[in-house]
Amino acid sequence: MRREGSALNGVGVVLLKELSDHLTSVLMRVCEVLIVLLAFAALYFTIQQVKETTAEDQFLFLRLFTRASEGIPITFVLLLSWFFVPILAIVLGFDSVSSEHNRRTLSRVLAQPIYRDALLFGKFAAGLLTISFSLVALWLLVIGLGLLRLGVPPNAEETARAFIFLLVTIAYAGVWLALAMLSSIIFRSAATAAFVAFGLWLLLTFLWPWFLAPMVANVVAPLDPGYTALGLPTPENIEWIKILSRLSPSTLYNEIALVLLNPDDVSARSLGTIYLTQLQGAARGALPLGQSLIIAWPDIVALVAGTIVLFTIGYTAFQRQEVRA
Amino acid sequence: MSDDIVIEAKGLTKRYGRTAVVKGISFSVNRGEIFGLLGPNGAGKTTTILMLLGLSDISDGMARVLGYDPIREPLAIKRRVGYLPDQVGFYDNLSASDNLRFIARLLGLERAEREQRIAAALAHVGLADVSEKRVRTFSRGMRQRLGLAEILMKDAQIAILDEPTSGLDPQVTLELLDIIRGLKHRGVSVLLSSHLLDRVQSVCDRVALFSEGNLALIGTVPELGRQVLGGGFRVEVEAEGEGLDRHLAAVPGVQKVEDVRPGRVLLLAERDVRPEAAAAVVSAGGRLLRLAVAEPSLEAIYTQYFHEHPREGEIHAA
Repeated sequence: MRREGSALNGVGVVLLKELSDHLTSVLMRVCEVLIVLLAFAALYFTIQQVKETTAEDQFLFLRLFTRASEGIPITFVLLLSWFFVPILAIVLGFDSVSSEHNRRTLSRVLAQPIYRDALLFGKFAAGLLTISFSLVALWLLVIGLGLLRLGVPPNAEETARAFIFLLVTIAYAGVWLALAMLSSIIFRSAATAAFVAFGLWLLLTFLWPWFLAPMVANVVAPLDPGYTALGLPTPENIEWIKILSRLSPSTLYNEIALVLLNPDDVSARSLGTIYLTQLQGAARGALPLGQSLIIAWPDIVALVAGTIVLFTIGYTAFQRQEVRA
Repeated sequence: MSDDIVIEAKGLTKRYGRTAVVKGISFSVNRGEIFGLLGPNGAGKTTTILMLLGLSDISDGMARVLGYDPIREPLAIKRRVGYLPDQVGFYDNLSASDNLRFIARLLGLERAEREQRIAAALAHVGLADVSEKRVRTFSRGMRQRLGLAEILMKDAQIAILDEPTSGLDPQVTLELLDIIRGLKHRGVSVLLSSHLLDRVQSVCDRVALFSEGNLALIGTVPELGRQVLGGGFRVEVEAEGEGLDRHLAAVPGVQKVEDVRPGRVLLLAERDVRPEAAAAVVSAGGRLLRLAVAEPSLEAIYTQYFHEHPREGEIHAA
């Protein structure tokens, strides 16, 4: 049975309304402050270290994103991956649908000549656009401040890599936004939805890759006493940990960032297990951008696919939901 | 389907799992009339409305709104039908006119048309002064009026109002009912649901009585009165005098005389017996103070009906 009219009718209207809601909210003011602080943090982490090694470094600018300063165990990439992006996305998404229920606006809006699709698409697009604004602002700030402090302009390849990194960061935000919206579709109470979304963030970002994935891997592929006796990890076990931990979007994102932003690092030449024998005789030097992209591609696809899967589940649940409160 | 019928339902059914909430109801609403869906809370009124709007799936049966099928052509219906939900909500952080503007954009109205319609609609419901105030500050009655303004702005052919007067004080209720009558004068057909009977009686041309997902009765209030309360005419007589009851009971056509209170009786008659009743009072030497045909009250019909047809649960309990 074909339904008449386009599912996209009204998406633009919903998008503009949601966007203006986001951009005028207190949340956005807080976010602006955070962006400035984060940009300074990125510089603070790295600037001293980078200054000492300037002369030789071909990818000086990318170090802004990846270097950790002494005594501070976290990099700018990890700040984004673990905290800023997921939290911003969850905060933007956790009450996007449930608030329409709770304000009793849903039935009134859906009684207009639009499909439910429009409401959901519009809300998702507005959320992602808001995050994109923030990330672009942050990215420009980091690069701008970097220019000022380092006094060296980034070369073409660095710019390209940093730009792709920005796009990947937006895609990464999409996963968390879709997750938060799914939570807001399933749970009518905003508090429950927020709690569940943040719970999943804790689980997926920290518990899963650090504790649960290794535990499961140990069951699937137990440690070989032969390797353990020699103080080496069991290759199969390591392989499983890697595979399982990729269920976490932050693991995927971190891997992509590693490959994109550390072209001259040998560990960024493959996302699988690298054996010592494979490194023997390997040519020194940096990977070209195309090669880095090929290595990171499966992870990028997985991130986008994750977004689509989560959004589809939410979409299906929303279509079946009763309108009445 | 004739052009004069704007809403038609045949065997409309809604099931959740195994329990049917609406059990095969049939009714139709004519162009330009105010049709009331009455019944206690949970009788299936809102569910019926949502099915007509295509906001809830129809389990069985058929519905046509302006000739369109709510399942296949929901957009065509939603373009032409205005809906005021039970306890309507607005975006609290936006002003009254911005709330309407958002809906007008969803309708795809051009800018000039939009602004003109919004201003006219807000003026019509008496919200022009507060059009730039945030809805957060609005009272319940103002929200309901804003909801009606939305229907006016939409230039809807049918207005579907779910419990428009519940939770409002009497003064605001009267204002709201006036606006609803105003809708009728503009040629809008109105379908409204309510559990407040006396309010509804004053505006509805026809009503349908809901009970446990079934439509028990449909018709005009006097029709239902005859059907349920029996007798054609109810004549109220206020008079002073001795033994008037006897004389009135002897009037041809009078079936029953009820004492309402001293000096006031209610005649149940098969036709209009006012002239004869007046003559009877005067010839008996009484002083006639008032004589009137009493409209049956919906409340009485309702109570009587459910007294005669106890709901399922009550039968088991008995």
